[in-house]
Amino acid sequence: MRNFFRRRRKSEKEVAAQRLRLVLAHDRANIEPGMLEVLKDEIIAVISKHLEIDAAQVKIEFSEDEAETRLVADIPLKTARRRRR
Amino acid sequence: MRGKIITISSGKGGVGKTTTTANLGLGLAALGYRVICIDADIGLRNLDVILGLENRIVYDIVNVIEGRTTLRRALVRDKRFPEHLRLLPAAQTRNKEAISEEDMERVAYEAAEMADFVLIDSPAGIEHGFRYAVRPADRVLIVTNPEVSAVRDADRVIGLLEAYGRAEPSLIVNRIKPELVRRNEMLDPASIVDLLAIDLIGIVPEDRSVLSASNRGQPVVLDKRSSAGQAYRNISRRLVGEKVPFMDLRGPSFLQRLFGGA
Ligand SMILES: Nc1ncnc2c1ncn2[C@@H]1O[C@H](COP(=O)(O)OP(=O)(O)OP(=O)(O)O)[C@@H](O)[C@H]1O
Ligand SMILES: [Mg+2]
Repeated sequence: MRNFFRRRRKSEKEVAAQRLRLVLAHDRANIEPGMLEVLKDEIIAVISKHLEIDAAQVKIEFSEDEAETRLVADIPLKTARRRRR
Repeated sequence: MRGKIITISSGKGGVGKTTTTANLGLGLAALGYRVICIDADIGLRNLDVILGLENRIVYDIVNVIEGRTTLRRALVRDKRFPEHLRLLPAAQTRNKEAISEEDMERVAYEAAEMADFVLIDSPAGIEHGFRYAVRPADRVLIVTNPEVSAVRDADRVIGLLEAYGRAEPSLIVNRIKPELVRRNEMLDPASIVDLLAIDLIGIVPEDRSVLSASNRGQPVVLDKRSSAGQAYRNISRRLVGEKVPFMDLRGPSFLQRLFGGA
């Protein structure tokens, strides 16, 4: 119930713009969206050898600004989490 | 001095390349410039009917390339601006393989010796027809519609032009419906420009008179009351270097509409 009333439905324009942003990021980088998932699994596997990470929370996505496109990986560590609590 | 060669391209089909070429050709001719429009959509000839010149055709671009006639003889004079606008028609019963990139370049350069502007109406797609159409271009105008698929294809074309080492293209957003943009139900030109990160040279509203214009072979740029016509007149002036503010697409206010003003 909490967020129910506050959540505003996205306008069609926003939905279109958001979908376009993603499609263009993948087109420009020449990588299929599904490939990003594969990449994510491999990154998780490699890093897990050395660090304890929260695999379910890992995010790999494109971030675009005028100058460049970058691949941003957000990989939360389990230990860091515990400490915060 | 050699005229400027401008190719009108899009990636996606049916977004308004031919409509744009016809209107800008007439728009520039009306401003007093000498223009040659080249229909590069071989096998799918359309620019002739949009300009209303289909009955005057004797030769086509493939005849010129094959040396059966000269460029000068193949050019069809416009009825409205006979001294300023001429059309080089596409061949209708041939296919795009009939001409090479070098052929198109040779014809376009020759045309540019006889005109201030050469406008090339590119075929849809990103294959051979697209490549020969952009090959001789000094400048490329990319037409898109406010739709996810059309913008995506425009981005692909922009990327290809960049890969070919061409000058940065300019964007025309065609078929904008101001009411939908106002209600946030349609991508607005600003968002599209932002996503594609290229220069905007025109916003053309959806306008029913475009259909009747194509029925009659009298492009909307000739119609003083048409909003799309006004948009094309503005783009024509921007092409010759004038600074023209973008049209206010919010439309006449309620009161203006009531009293028939503006
Ligand atoms: N601003 C507009 N308002 C209303 N209708 C339009 C507008 N622009 C184009 N159209 C219509 O859209 C259709 C496609 O236009 P056009 O033939 O110019 O596109 P194209 O990009 O040249 O297509 P193709 O890729 O097949 O060559 C036509 O029916 C035309 O009348
Ligand atoms: Mg066309």
